Amino acid sequence: MSAAEKPRWDVSDVDTWGPDRHELGATIPVAGNSVEFETGGWRSQVPVICTEKCTGCMLCYFYCPDASIIIEDGKAVGIDLEHCKGCGICARECPAKAISMKAEEKE
Amino acid sequence: MSAQQTETLAVTGNEAAAEAMRQINPDVVCAYPITPQTEVVQLYAQMVADGKVTSEFVTVESEHSAMSAVIGSTAAGARTMTATSSQGYALMWELLYVASSYRLPIVMTTVNRALSGPINIHCDHSDTMGGRDTGWIQLYGEDHQQAYDNCIQAVRIAESMDVRLPVTHMYDGYVISGAIGPLVMLPDEQVQEFIGPFKAVNPLLDINRPVTVGPFDGLHGWYFEHKVSQNRAMDRAFKVIQDVADEFAELSGRRYGMFEPYRLEDAQIAVVVVGSTAGTTRMVVDKLRAKGVKAGMIRTRVFRPFPHAAYAKALEHVKVVGIMDRADSFGAQGGPLFLEIRAALYDNDPRPQVLPFIYGLGGRDIFPDNIEQAFQVLQEASRENKRVSTERRYLNLRED
Repeated sequence: MSAAEKPRWDVSDVDTWGPDRHELGATIPVAGNSVEFETGGWRSQVPVICTEKCTGCMLCYFYCPDASIIIEDGKAVGIDLEHCKGCGICARECPAKAISMKAEEKE
Repeated sequence: MSAQQTETLAVTGNEAAAEAMRQINPDVVCAYPITPQTEVVQLYAQMVADGKVTSEFVTVESEHSAMSAVIGSTAAGARTMTATSSQGYALMWELLYVASSYRLPIVMTTVNRALSGPINIHCDHSDTMGGRDTGWIQLYGEDHQQAYDNCIQAVRIAESMDVRLPVTHMYDGYVISGAIGPLVMLPDEQVQEFIGPFKAVNPLLDINRPVTVGPFDGLHGWYFEHKVSQNRAMDRAFKVIQDVADEFAELSGRRYGMFEPYRLEDAQIAVVVVGSTAGTTRMVVDKLRAKGVKAGMIRTRVFRPFPHAAYAKALEHVKVVGIMDRADSFGAQGGPLFLEIRAALYDNDPRPQVLPFIYGLGGRDIFPDNIEQAFQVLQEASRENKRVSTERRYLNLRED
């Protein structure tokens, strides 16, 4: 079976898997699935972007450890809050001071 | 060295293991090249330099790194081996658990030697007995031939799809590792045919099918299920170990099982022993038999998984069993082998008495007289109408 034909790993009922259903040695046999792991819930501070100040240098985009900066037409316009951990690296690295950190408000 | 099956060679235990490795010719060997490492990897390095093998030989800066490199190499999809001893095995500690939990079929030779302190480099079983819960299959050899035979069989056991666990095979430091003894080898091509090609499962270097090895599996994950899966593989290993031994016997004429009984059929007293001391014990059994004492022996081969049911059956008719441990479990009721066998016999009816003996720590000599003393303790206990104390009996210990 070629890689293209190989069915994606179906983990829809993984909560019910016993010892014999898992891949040997806890290996994850597919790639590109870290997007399915939502890390936004860890956040205590949230970045706020002032798009008017953004110069489009893209440093925030490259520094972000979670690929959470949303870019449109070459400028930072928003944050993927399902994955942003609120680390603040983007705010610290932005040379135009276009990103600030605010306390996360949760219900 | 080109040996035919009928030719008997005079080799050290380390040469026997290195020759087995040469015939296996793994893709990669990662090893720490300095003491507490043994001659095994030094000899192997020479074979690499001389072009006798095609292995990639990776020298690393510690035994911790050696096991790390072995794990990486095996996960990448290569048949990988290493060797170690004593403190080196101890330094590998956390990686031993990683190797078994990743279900990597690594084969490692461990030369059994004492752990510090006081500093001591001589034979005992403290190193691998301490590692009995690391999830590795453990095969203890008695002599030079078994250092070779177990190494080759270990490849098949580890790589079996029913098992996929790392295997370490052992032999006694100095007594076997450095001393010269007889070895009969299989032809090179027969060994290659026996082990077959390496089959990788989810290899890291298959770029068409990328995988993640060693992910986080925390509180809401499946760590518990993975641990149970490891133990189920251990259970399946009993059959695989025996099947591999039977197939190996067809090639070599040398039969192996979970353990090796000696004059046990009608024995009233028996000793269970690991490693090279089995040879001396057999001699003592023969001597006692000549005097009419119904003495017998078992030499332990497979310690993990522990064949408890087979021991319970083999020892069911024996009145008193003495367990000779060349390692202690400080603060426990006795040494590691004692604890296993005493537990294994608990459901027997009648239940044999099981007494702990400790000997040979740090390479302390064990003489035939010492083993006779052990049998004498068993004989006296067998005459008692009540059970005797299970305090440790030490053989060849200086007493105040």
